[in-house]
Formats: sequence, C-alpha cells, structure tokens
Amino acid sequence: MIDAGIVELSRLQFALTALYHFLFVPLTLGLSLLLAIMESVYVMTGRPIWRSMTKFWGLLFGINFAMGVATGITMEFQFGTNWAYYSHYVGDIFGAPLALEGLMAFFLEATFVGLFFFGWDRLSKLGHLVVTWLTALGANFSALWILIANGWMQNPVGAEFNPATMRMELTSFYDLVFNPVAQAKFVHTVSAGYVTGAMFVLSVSAFYLLRGRHVALAKRSMTVAASFGLASALSVVVLGDESGYTATLDQKMKIAAIEAMWKTEPPPASFTVFGLPDIATHTTRYKLAVPWLLGLIATRSIDEKVEGIDDLVERGIQRIENGMVAYQALAALRQHPDDRAASQTLETHVQDLGYALLLKRYTQDLSTADPATIRRAANDLVPDVPVLFWAFRCMAGIGFYFIALFALAFYMASARRLERRWFLRIALWSLPLPWLAAELGWIVAEYGRQPWVVEGVLPTYLGVSSVSLGSIIGSLVGFVLFYSVLAIIDVVLMLRAIRQGPNEEPAPEKRPLMEGED
Amino acid sequence: MLPDYDLLRFIWWALLGTLLIGFALLAAYDIGTAMLLTTVARSDGERRQVRESIEANWEGHQVWFVVAGGASFAAWPLLYAASFSGFYLAMLLVLLALILRPVGFNFRDKIADKRWRTAWDWALAVGGFVPALVFGVAFGNLLQGVPFGFDRDLRVTYSGGFLDLLNPFGILSGLVSVAMLAMHGAVWLALKTDGAVAARAGRIAGFAGIAAALLFALAGIWVAEGIEGYVIGGTLSHTGASNPLAKSVTREFGAWLGNFHVHPALIVAPVLGIAAPLVAALLVRFRLGVAALLASALGVAGIIATAGVSLFPFLMPSSTHPGESLTIWDASSSRLTLFIMLIATGVLLPIIVVYTGFALRVMRGPVRLADVERHESRY
Repeated sequence: MIDAGIVELSRLQFALTALYHFLFVPLTLGLSLLLAIMESVYVMTGRPIWRSMTKFWGLLFGINFAMGVATGITMEFQFGTNWAYYSHYVGDIFGAPLALEGLMAFFLEATFVGLFFFGWDRLSKLGHLVVTWLTALGANFSALWILIANGWMQNPVGAEFNPATMRMELTSFYDLVFNPVAQAKFVHTVSAGYVTGAMFVLSVSAFYLLRGRHVALAKRSMTVAASFGLASALSVVVLGDESGYTATLDQKMKIAAIEAMWKTEPPPASFTVFGLPDIATHTTRYKLAVPWLLGLIATRSIDEKVEGIDDLVERGIQRIENGMVAYQALAALRQHPDDRAASQTLETHVQDLGYALLLKRYTQDLSTADPATIRRAANDLVPDVPVLFWAFRCMAGIGFYFIALFALAFYMASARRLERRWFLRIALWSLPLPWLAAELGWIVAEYGRQPWVVEGVLPTYLGVSSVSLGSIIGSLVGFVLFYSVLAIIDVVLMLRAIRQGPNEEPAPEKRPLMEGED
Repeated sequence: MLPDYDLLRFIWWALLGTLLIGFALLAAYDIGTAMLLTTVARSDGERRQVRESIEANWEGHQVWFVVAGGASFAAWPLLYAASFSGFYLAMLLVLLALILRPVGFNFRDKIADKRWRTAWDWALAVGGFVPALVFGVAFGNLLQGVPFGFDRDLRVTYSGGFLDLLNPFGILSGLVSVAMLAMHGAVWLALKTDGAVAARAGRIAGFAGIAAALLFALAGIWVAEGIEGYVIGGTLSHTGASNPLAKSVTREFGAWLGNFHVHPALIVAPVLGIAAPLVAALLVRFRLGVAALLASALGVAGIIATAGVSLFPFLMPSSTHPGESLTIWDASSSRLTLFIMLIATGVLLPIIVVYTGFALRVMRGPVRLADVERHESRY
C-alpha cells in the first residue's frame, strides 16, 4: 500500500510550488506583451518617453521574470522526483508538450530576454523591437504548451492503454494539441495574464499620479493599460465561459461541484448564485438561484440535463465495476500474454480501467472488493464542494469587477480624467486582485480534478514516487524556507524599484503637454 | 509509415547525448564562470566584469539542460521517473542551486551594499559548483549501477540513500565534472575579459585542464579495472515493447569497454577527453583564446560522449536487479511519440542554434574592466 502521508505531502508540495510559481507567470505574460506594445509605439513615433517607459517597466519585468524562471525549473523537476509513477504512466503523452515547451518557447524567451536587457546599445531600434516581441512570443508559446499538457490531464484525448508497457500511449498528436479543453484553457489563462500585466501597470501608474511623480510616463502607461486591460478582461470572462462549456462534456463532476448541484434537476438547470453547501446532507442551504441559467451556460440548450453529484456517483459505481472486469483481464494477460479472450475483454472495458484503480486506496486485491468498498471509492469522486463553490464564485466575481474597472479606466483615459483621486485610489488598491483570481482559478481547475491526476485514467493517489516520508518532509521544508526568503527579497526589490521610479527621465518638454498627442 | 522503432530509439539516444553536450558546451562556460566568480574576481568591478561576460546569454544556455530533462521525459519516461525520484535529495540540491542562478544574476546589482553583493556572488558560485559536482557524481553512480527495481505495475522503487551516492568513484566522477567545467569557464574568461581577471582565469584554466585530463584518465583506468560493467544476456529485441522486466543482464569487470572493442573508432571520444583539456591548457598559456575554447569544448564533448558510449545501450543499470536495468531498447516512449518528437526537434533545433549564434554575436567582443566600471548594471 502507498503511504497516505506521502500522497498528501507530495500533493501539498506540488500545490504550494505551483501556486507560488504562478504568482510570477501571469505578470510575465502580460508585461512582456505590454513592453512590446510600448516599444512599438517608440519605434513608430520616435518619442523617447516611450523608450523610457519600456525600460522602466522592463526593469520590473526583469525582477519578476527571474523569479518565474527560478520557480519554473521546480515544476519540470517535480514530475520526476515526486510523481514518478505518473511520469511513467503518462510520460509518453505528457512529456511531449513539456519537451516542446522547452524547444519552441523557453529557448526563444530565455535567449532573447538577455538581448532585451543588454542589447539596447548593440541593436538597431527595429532589431531591439523584434527582440522584445520574440521574448513576448516565447512567453506566450510557453503557456500554450504547458496548457496543452495540463489540458490533457483534464481531458485525456488521443491516447490509449497498452498492457505490454503498463502505461498510456499516444495515438493522435493532433488530438493532443487541438484538445478543446487545452485551447480554451490557453486563451483563458493568457488573457488572465494580460489582465494581470494591465492591472500592475495601472496600479503602479496610479501610485505615481497620486504622488504627482513621473506624470507623463504614468498617464501614457495608464492609457495603454486601460485599453489592453479592457480587451483582456472581456476575453477572460467570455473565454472562461468557454472552459465551463467544455467542462460539461468531460468533467461533469467538476461543474456539478462548482454549482453544488447535488441532484439532477429537470432541464434547464438553475444557477445557484449563493448558498451554503453542506457535505454531510448533500444539500445547499439558503440557496439563491437563477432559474434556467446554468442549463443555458453549461449545455447551450434548454432540454439537455446537467447531471447532479448523486447521479454521477451512481454512474461512478458502474464504471468501477466495469473497470474491475478490465483489471482482471489485465491480470490474466500478464500471466498469459497470448490469452485472446482476456485481451478482448480488456479492450471492451479498458475505458473504465482507471475507475477500478480508485479501489487501490482501500484494497490491494481488486477482484474481491465488496459493494461497500466500491461505494467508498465512488464517493471519492466528489471533490471538495464548498471550496470549489466559493473559489469559483470569488474568481468569477473578480473577473466581472475587472470588466467594470477597465471600462471605467478606459473611459477616464478617453475623457482625460485620469487624475481624479478617487479613481486612482481604486486603481491602486485593486492591485492584488488578479493574483487572487488566478490562484483561485488554479484551485478550481486542479483541486476540482481530484481524485484524479489524469481524469478517469489515473488516480492521484497512485501517481506518487516511492520515496521516503523523510525526504519529502525535507524537500517541503527546504522549499518553504527558500521560497519565503525569495518572496521577501522579490517584494523588497520591486517596491524599491517602484519608489525609485524611472531613472531615465525624458528632457522636459517646452509647452504643457496635451494628452492624446502621441 | 513510421521509421523503424530501433532506429528511432538509437536516434533518440544520440539526441539526448547531443542535448547534454550542447548544454555542456554552452552552459558549461557560464556554469564554470559562475563557479569561479568568487575565486577569479576580487573587487566589485572585477566581479561585475565576470558576470557581464555571461549575463546576457546564460539564460538561453541553461535551457539546454531544461530541454534535456524535458526530452528524457518525452523520449525515456522510465529513465526520467527512475532517475529523478531515485536521486531525490541530489536533485533537490541541484534544483535549489539552479534557483539561485536567475535571481543571483538579476538581483545582485539592485542594491549597492557590499554584504548584499558578496552574498549573491557566493550564491552564484554555489549555483555553479553544486550542479557541476552533482551531475558528475550522478554519472559516476550510473557507471556503477544504482539500486532500483520495479514491481509488476512498473512502479519503481529505489533502495539507496543520498549518502550512498558519495562513494569513492562517484566523488572522483564529480571532480572530473567540476574540473572540466572549471576549465571551460576559465578558458572563456581568459578569452572574454582583460586585466587581472583574465590573468587569473588563464592560470586556473591551465590547472583545471590538466586536472580534468588526469582525473578523467584515472576514472578510465578505474572503469577498466575496478568496476563491473553490465552486459545484456541472450538477445533482447530492439523493437519490442518498452518493458524492462523481460531480459537478463550479467555483470563483469571491464564490460564498459566492450563498445570500444567492437567499434575501435569510438576510441576518439576518450582520446579527446584526455588530450583536448591538455591542449586547451597549453593554448591558454600562449594566449590563443579562441583555439583554447575550441579545444576545451572538444574535451567536454569527449568526456560526456565517453560516459554515454561506455554505458550504451544502458541508460541506467540496476545494481540490485540487473535484469530490470533501463536500456535504450526497453525504456523508451512509443514509436509514434519518438517519431513526432524527432520531427519537432529536427525542425526546431537548427532554428535554436541559429538564434543562439545570433545572440552570442550581438554580445561579441571583450568585456573590459574599464568599460564595466564606467556604467551601471543594465538589468
């Protein structure tokens, strides 16, 4: 039996390091593109202030980028160190997008980011602009391949089980790359990154305007951030809806848990805006619901059902029983690899093999699992409903808030009213929200995927490495200490750099500057 | 129609070697340089000079290593799973050391405080030294075989501990790696910098080149005389399913030299491993920087290739369950995955080489102390 402590600590370590890494990724995604936009304006207009802007935001980008790279290496190592069985079981598929991320994206980003900082005097104006765009392109490609890998964990298409190698193997690279879940996740995630970049620029600029410092730079930066942010905020919410739609096809349990929908309702299902989900009784108290809404969002129809948690658990029981047949056929096949009948049986039931593996948490001998054990395993299919319910609502609420905020910012910029102090204060104090929303988004996506590490294929419990508890405690303590120190240094350096402000002020212009001139 | 499975497996073995050598050639000079940072440079200006010789390009170079890791995940999932989980604490050490690099480069000059900067200089030096040592130690242990086995579900269990890695031959291999990377870094600094730094780097390059050659030769004798190599018994299909439980393996002294007996031309790798570092040491003395860098690069490639060729077709031999050792014939990805990744690598790697060359060209020319002291850090 696998030690449950190892499973829990491995999950905790992965969750902490991944959430920590994702404090830096969205800002890299958004800011790299904003740098490219600002520098494009510089090259097109030739006005030095846009060059100062690019350099100043680039300085902040650099601090953040270093942290992103440093914590990203951890992610690449950790599949092997802590999730060795996972790496074996799905490496044939999952390894490919990770390797492609390195070849197509990280190489590009890492090679050109050096030239971004050190190439200002060595490259032509246009040459340097190309370098900046390539850095941004690399960052975005990187997100694409990582989300293709992650999308496959949510919706494992283009692969099949091979009994000879005891693992999943790739059958269609096309299906892997054009996995609809991966595509929706990619757009949703990079848009969230763009919102983060825009929010960062907006807030820091608001800070300068409140203090009356670097006014010209701050106003221009705000104008760019407002328009870029509005487009991105709309994209996050609209395409976030797209990820909800795809979830109904592949991850019905996740959407049922997000909605705390215990029982299947007659279509179209209602959308619970507020309520207190109760795990013990499988009910939601104080429910405030909008009729029809969920059915419309989730199925894009009025007559399709959105299945409730209890029904999905019943279906889980059937699939576990089915999977047990597959597992027995697999055992027979190992004894006699030429057993045609066993091979046929396995083939018929193989899509439920993963469900049988859910039993491994409770019994080693899958063939004799009694109905009570099967029900226990099926109940594990229900993720943590209250956490998902609230995490999703907070994330979505923040998403709608951003649309309002950036629409307001866009209006203030167009109407040349950026210096209203109430607006600047709102812009400044909204700074932490994109990070909060992004982290909540990952909690919904990954915590909501439990008990699976690969949906329907491999339970998280089985994915871990056979390492000692002591080693994991050691690494976990090491990460927490190391990352905490780095976090403090990162924040101190960011604040210092922001307080110091741009060090390359443009020459004062002769006449008072009219906004919107450039 | 896909190419034959055995051909794909062989190509991927060579490609993994190429990525490791690419990593060693490019990242080696900046890992070596970082390792020497606190030794070769004394004043703040000198240390900035050393950092400026690599700071624009090191990040791209490090990706060779990240991609070698990613490629082993994609092409040799069992190797990735067994080695990363088996060497758990060693990998953690490497990881923490590598984390110091990006932040060390970026953060150091942000605050003009002596203690702050000295601390980051040491962080960078440690960030160079630890991976160099651990990679060598890991190879030394691979050559001896490491204790792991599989259950019927192919779940790998590793039965050794971290301290077991630090056996005499493992440490010797670690020192080969440190000497080799120190040589490469020092040769680079001697070429790229001027003044006192270049002079010190030149002296270190001489020592390190000779040390690398001698230690490598010593390791070679040890492998020939004192270490049991691994041999596949009977026939193992080169196109069979990737399941390492279906073969028998025996151990015998001198077996790691088998490939050199069968293909005498391969002897070029160990010859380069010994001769090229000596030549590099000599060329540096005569201030022939470019030629010395080339010789040093050949030495690094020779040493890594020797380890790979000796092990072939083994990737990771098991000392406790020799029959369950991982070889290129039974630990690879599926034929389809190997093929698709080969196409992708074939298209992308040349492009990467071109733009890496471009980036190095942009940053060409010496880094002079006088220039460094005239301007602020550009980060």
